[in-house]
Amino acid sequence: MRSILTALAATTALAGAAHADAHAPALSGTLRIVSDMSNPAPRAVMEELASGFDEMHPDLTVELEVVDREAWKTQIRNTLSANPPDVVNWYAANRMGPYVEAGLFADVSDLWQEEELQDLQAVKGAMTIDDKQWGVPYTYYQWGIYYREDIFDELGLEEPATFEEEKANCQKILDAGKKCYAIGTKFLWTAGGWFDYLNMRTNGFDYHMRLANGEIPWTDEGVAQTFANWRELIDMGAFIDDHQSYSWQEALKFFTDGEATAYLIGNFAVAPMRDAGLTDEQIDFYQFPAINPDVEMGEDAPTDTFHIAAGAQNMDAAKAFLKYVVSPDVQTDINSGEKLGQLPVNAKSSVDADEFLEQGFEMLQNNATGGVAQFFDRDFPAEMASVGMEGLQEFMVFPDNLEDIIARLEEARQRIYE
Amino acid sequence: MTNVAPAVPDRHPPLGGGPRRGWYRRNEIAVTPWLFLLPGLLFFAVYVIIPIFQSFQISLYEWNGLGDLSETGEYVGLANYERLLGGDRKFETSFWNNVRWLVLYLLAIPAGLFIALFLNQTVAGIRVYKSLFFFPFVLSQVVVGLVFSWFYLPREGLLNAILAVFGAGPVNILGDPDLATYGIIAAGLWPQTAYCMILYLTGLNAVDPEQVEAARLDGAKGWKMLWYVILPQLRPATFIAFVVTIIGALRSFDFIAVMTNGGPFGSTRVLSFYMFEEALSEFGFRMGYGSAIAVVLFMLMLVFITYFLWQMWSDERAARR
Repeated sequence: MRSILTALAATTALAGAAHADAHAPALSGTLRIVSDMSNPAPRAVMEELASGFDEMHPDLTVELEVVDREAWKTQIRNTLSANPPDVVNWYAANRMGPYVEAGLFADVSDLWQEEELQDLQAVKGAMTIDDKQWGVPYTYYQWGIYYREDIFDELGLEEPATFEEEKANCQKILDAGKKCYAIGTKFLWTAGGWFDYLNMRTNGFDYHMRLANGEIPWTDEGVAQTFANWRELIDMGAFIDDHQSYSWQEALKFFTDGEATAYLIGNFAVAPMRDAGLTDEQIDFYQFPAINPDVEMGEDAPTDTFHIAAGAQNMDAAKAFLKYVVSPDVQTDINSGEKLGQLPVNAKSSVDADEFLEQGFEMLQNNATGGVAQFFDRDFPAEMASVGMEGLQEFMVFPDNLEDIIARLEEARQRIYE
Repeated sequence: MTNVAPAVPDRHPPLGGGPRRGWYRRNEIAVTPWLFLLPGLLFFAVYVIIPIFQSFQISLYEWNGLGDLSETGEYVGLANYERLLGGDRKFETSFWNNVRWLVLYLLAIPAGLFIALFLNQTVAGIRVYKSLFFFPFVLSQVVVGLVFSWFYLPREGLLNAILAVFGAGPVNILGDPDLATYGIIAAGLWPQTAYCMILYLTGLNAVDPEQVEAARLDGAKGWKMLWYVILPQLRPATFIAFVVTIIGALRSFDFIAVMTNGGPFGSTRVLSFYMFEEALSEFGFRMGYGSAIAVVLFMLMLVFITYFLWQMWSDERAARR
């Protein structure tokens, strides 16, 4: 009896090793992952990823620790410098800058040379600092204007393609006793989304990026034009009142109640809209309309990422995990509607059959010819982003303070990018 | 008659006979308290005293808090202080908000006294009322902050519902940069008043009934009785209420973080919150600047703490005479 068991165990172990060999050199030891995917659906995805990877490598133990997403934003510093795990979650672009500069993220440029990652070239730029890559993306999502299709039908409105049409629509909505846009700016970043779009549509994607890099002063004529366009909407009364007291979730109620007809937000808002009882017939999505016909459309599509800590103990396993996460099948699976409900980053993956994911994918593939930005708080350096978003919030409530706000932002720019 | 026990037990230590007592045995009375204090002192030093000096040191650097200070930090001398005190508007806002907190938070003391006097009666079920009044202090500050932010909500909030009955409003207290700080202080006063009340209730228990009786025979009543007989006896309670309220006002952080997150447009920041924002929050990568703010706040607190310690010391001395 004993001999049969040993034989069985031996063959299974062999089969397992052969299986692992087919993919990569056998990995052993422990792989420690700290993840901020703490909401229920992302958490399940992360747990599945960890256990899936664990099963593929019989000699490897995957230890997963899930941290609250908001708390992680301040915890990551201690985690990386005190007791670094192998793999962590973070965000692309400037948001990873401080960790790259402090030498806390490992350079993974060699990974990007490999064949498996050639289908991720679209997002390579967002992962690049100093011509090196510092992580891999696992998901992204489009931003755009989500609107109440039923109310638009009721008022006889069409999806606008230009800013003139947008304003004309808005006037009709206001005449009907509703507000055009729901927004909650208590935590500031939502105002950054509006600035991103207005600036990209007024001055173009490249201009926006140069502003983010500190190459253009805030006192520039182009910025003034962006604020002038924004002010037109504010003066119309297009935004809901008292938005400085609401979070984006609290402001969602205005949208679901039909008091406000549109919401400029990322695709993550669709799930709560559906949870609030809206059907897909009632909500729809359109690309932020063109303002300046001479500039190409740029879009916000924030990317969430995996990184390897510079102090990682198990570098081989960490790199293998990053490759696993971006592989086409895994990408298709974790981004599907019932899981993350976002867009896969691998060009070979398929997008889930969801109205919004399909529209968003189509928009980013074919209609974002200007370029794809991350988001205000990820493209601008941390300090500039926090000063900036506070100014944007103030502008939305007291547009008359613009001159003072601009002076403050310019003072900050000169100090921060020195 | 050789084996007669002495009539009085021998209490003298054996002379040279028994084993010599060890050093610890001989110094037991002097050493033992320090042994008990040692863990506490150690923790106090590691988590309170040393970090104070570390803050002094870090405040002289430009440092993002990542890696080691000596490697990734850049020594800038007093530059952080120069910028802080040389017209940083966020600092000015925070400083004046701190002053507002200090002054208005003291209202908790008379309010607490008033409620304590009101509740210091022998009526059936008075303990229930006392507990109800004390209740807000038991709640977590975060919960109080949340409840008040719902109370203040611009449309659905209870405050606006009440105002609507009188045909006034609506107001958005936490969304108005001129009102938000006062709104938060009002929320903070609620538990702080309860705290002062309980201090005064215990104080009132210690009021000498004979003195009150004597004063009554002399014809003292109402305000005169309160001012000349009761209040002087409540002096220790007033002192403690003063100390905890001042320190509470300077430390105010939780309410701001929960209710407005420093907004709208940074109008409700206080020094502790500004320090947190600069050094530790989501976009805060300026440990040096944050430490400079912490040092300034520490200096401010030191003024009050020195005064309190001096006051306590002179009270002790007066009592010993």
